[in-house]
Amino acid sequence: MSDFLTQFTPALPEIFVLAMVSLILVIDAAVGDSKRYIAYVLSLATLAGAAFLTVRDFSTMPVLALGGLFIDDPLSDVLKLFLYLTVAIVLVYSRDYLRQRGLYKGEFFVLALFALLGMMVMVSASHFLTLYMGLELLSLSLYAMVALQRDSSVATEAAMKYFVLGALASGMLLYGMSMVYGVTGSLALADMAQILADGTDLRIPLVFGIVFIVAGLAFKLGAVPFHMWVPDVYHGAPTAMTLFIGSAPKIAAFALVVRILGQGLESQVAEWRDMLVILAVLSMAVGNIAAIAQTNLKRMLAYSTISHMGFMLLGILAGSQNGYGSAMFYVLVYALMSLGGFGMILLLSRAGFEADQLDDFKGLNRRSPWLAFLMLLLMFSMAGVPPTVGFYAKLAVLQAVVEIGYVWLAVAAVLFSLVGAFYYLRIVKLMYFDAPHDTSPIVTSPDTRVIMSANGLAVLALGILPQPLMTVCVYAIGASF
Amino acid sequence: MFGQSILSLVIWVPILAGVAVLATGSDRNAVLARWIALAGALLGLVVAVPLVIGFDTGTSAMQFVEKAAWIPAFNIHYHLGVDGISMPLVLLNSFITVLVVIAGWQVIQDKVAQYMAAFLIMSGLINGVFASLDGILFYVFFEGMLIPLYLIIGVWGGPKRVYAAFKFFLYTLLGSLLMLVSMIYLYFQSGGSFDIQTWHTTTLGMTAQTLMFFAFLLAFGVKVPMWPVHTWLPDAHVEAPTGGSVVLAAVTLKVGAYGFLRFILPILPDASAEHAWFVIALSLIAVAYIGLVALAQSDMKKLIAYSSIAHMGFVTLGFFMFNPLGVEGGLVQMISHGFVSAALFLCIGVMYDRLHSRQIKDYGGLVNKMPLFAAFFMLFAMANVGLPATSGFVGEFMVIMAATQVNFWYAFVAATTLILGASYTLWMYKRVVFGEVTNPHVEELTDINAREILLLGVLAVLVLAMGLYPKPFTDVMHVSVVDLLAHVAQSKLP
Repeated sequence: MSDFLTQFTPALPEIFVLAMVSLILVIDAAVGDSKRYIAYVLSLATLAGAAFLTVRDFSTMPVLALGGLFIDDPLSDVLKLFLYLTVAIVLVYSRDYLRQRGLYKGEFFVLALFALLGMMVMVSASHFLTLYMGLELLSLSLYAMVALQRDSSVATEAAMKYFVLGALASGMLLYGMSMVYGVTGSLALADMAQILADGTDLRIPLVFGIVFIVAGLAFKLGAVPFHMWVPDVYHGAPTAMTLFIGSAPKIAAFALVVRILGQGLESQVAEWRDMLVILAVLSMAVGNIAAIAQTNLKRMLAYSTISHMGFMLLGILAGSQNGYGSAMFYVLVYALMSLGGFGMILLLSRAGFEADQLDDFKGLNRRSPWLAFLMLLLMFSMAGVPPTVGFYAKLAVLQAVVEIGYVWLAVAAVLFSLVGAFYYLRIVKLMYFDAPHDTSPIVTSPDTRVIMSANGLAVLALGILPQPLMTVCVYAIGASF
Repeated sequence: MFGQSILSLVIWVPILAGVAVLATGSDRNAVLARWIALAGALLGLVVAVPLVIGFDTGTSAMQFVEKAAWIPAFNIHYHLGVDGISMPLVLLNSFITVLVVIAGWQVIQDKVAQYMAAFLIMSGLINGVFASLDGILFYVFFEGMLIPLYLIIGVWGGPKRVYAAFKFFLYTLLGSLLMLVSMIYLYFQSGGSFDIQTWHTTTLGMTAQTLMFFAFLLAFGVKVPMWPVHTWLPDAHVEAPTGGSVVLAAVTLKVGAYGFLRFILPILPDASAEHAWFVIALSLIAVAYIGLVALAQSDMKKLIAYSSIAHMGFVTLGFFMFNPLGVEGGLVQMISHGFVSAALFLCIGVMYDRLHSRQIKDYGGLVNKMPLFAAFFMLFAMANVGLPATSGFVGEFMVIMAATQVNFWYAFVAATTLILGASYTLWMYKRVVFGEVTNPHVEELTDINAREILLLGVLAVLVLAMGLYPKPFTDVMHVSVVDLLAHVAQSKLP
């Protein structure tokens, strides 16, 4: 009996989150609209509790559990901690925005936590089954979150697009997985890696499967040419949901890619590397160039996300621990910047007004020098200009591709990031060089302001001392592979 | 107590002072912001003084070295040090910062704290560029300084400031990004080191050297700026506020030239020798062609901007003569141009503050109303021409001598600057200062005040001192330059 129970201990944070979500669902339904803060506080408490459990049971070496379906290794624990943090910040940023739009409902918290649970399962999956299960739990929650604003046709349309294309991507991924299963006879990543390393005669089905897997992953990441949903969903969804979609799931998607390509299909790096090169170059090109033409900030940041995912793929395609560590650093930094960028839109929005047009940032330096400065840091960080942390993220992935001898790829990447610098600079221009056309006071609650300040300054602080975060990434990857 | 960390102080004192100035907030505290800025700038200059006093001119080794692990994951260090090449530039920058703060004292009335802070922070970052001995540290400072400069041009600049700010930023970013890839390549070639001095001894094949040569050339050539990637400079200069123009001309252009000596020549000696003709050709075009372009300008700031490009052509020409005279001449020219161009932009600032025009045709007969100013302006115009006994003469003369040793025709083309420089500078001077007073507004002008006399007076003393007795400057550089050239003479092909 005790053996039966101990095998669940590595999954304790997941179990805890699941239990709490159910509890919140019930409590919120019971107390009603006037006491919504209970759900809010309980959600934050859930994140804190999960973080506590994760830290307490931090595993310094990989531990397989639940019959090989689930793995608890430093990589998963570190990523989970960042997921909790990201989701917590999302909840804080979104609160006022949701309240003003009548979206401050128990469903939001429940869906957000279910999405978190899905992501946790994804980062801890060691088996195609669990990977897929986590992914679907995440995706279904996100579809519903986008559609939460029922009376908005734009949001509903976005949710529909997201759902159809997401389902298509899941189908592709499943199809690829089934091919690989056909070749190796196993769904467990470790067994698969072992069998493939020994060599197989079934090259064609294997490569066929890899193509579909990569396409499915690219869909989920939003890499070109599988990116069409990204701008529409980012634009159409209520900004609070965009904030959610644009931050934490990217971390989980990184885990998904590393688990499948880096661990399961490790020996096939020669096959998938070239595919990722194409995806990365196209993403950086299309993302950066299309972003220039946008007048809506959410849309612009959506294209910027596409290009950032291209950059992250640079680290992964290196196919080395150095590369995975760099990609991890990149994705964590990206999540931080994305939180800040979308969070700023939330902060500047107010009841009946969305500050999602580029022009809404005009003259921000006159209206609020401090917020303008924070946004300046975030924009320069996204552009990869030192001394902000975005620079080290770019440096890390660039050195990973140069190490494998793809200097041309590094050159292409920096040229596209030059294109990208233009539209980030444009935001700074609007904030600092132009006069405001909207002079209404910016009302923010103190806690969001503090978190936003911490978020913006973290970009600078990590830029001056990037080592701690780098050490974490190097350690997590090194101890898990 | 701070003996071990002079360079850190030189970098961080201005930056922290800048943060302190920012903390004064809105324009209600403008007076406080100005005084803190001045105190910070002066303190920045004072902490740089030990660099001169304690400097050992007998060694080419790095001095005042500080080294600490910064990002061990990539073997990146917080590694500082100066030699005879970089020390004078650190001092020049710290000095110019004081001038810039004083120059903006009355003119800037809008967002004073942000203006002053931007200059102070930039000053610290530029000192960091000159003092870095680690490639990534260098890059961080090199790129970081773009942010304040971008804001300075964009916020306080002239009518076309947005265009100028974007052009400036994107142009320089293009060059530096390719340099970053080169640095990463060097990191792997040198067995995992970002140390610049280690790179000086790393063997590299000819193809790699050539590719990196052009990457670095673009990075630093844009900053210098060399023809044909100079087009951002006139725009940036014209649209920048006076302080911005002064810093651009006097200091940031030097960052590019400095990169030639710290990176291109010692790290890529074979490619440098192979493609020296290319750089020499570009430099001579800058000297001769840009000189002609300057002649055609009707805007004074633009004229001085083009004159800067021509003068920087001399600097790069001197570097690629590969003899001590040429390199030292180039360095002297850098320092001298720092003083002279700063002074000329301040002079134009003096006129602009009064008449709000930079057009030559709006002036004329200035000497009647502003005799003292006319005298200062005359001195700096002459220094720009390269009149003996001014600092402008020394560098140009040394470079032309060095060029004669290599090839007569280089010297011949370079020497055209003596005619062209005199033509455009003195012709402008004549039209602005002499002649009839045609513009009624000139009648109302008042001569320079004490603050302006102080600014121009200090520069005048320096220009004359350097022109009459340049030996202290060349003494500081000599050993480092000889050592550098010894490096350059050694092939690094495997």
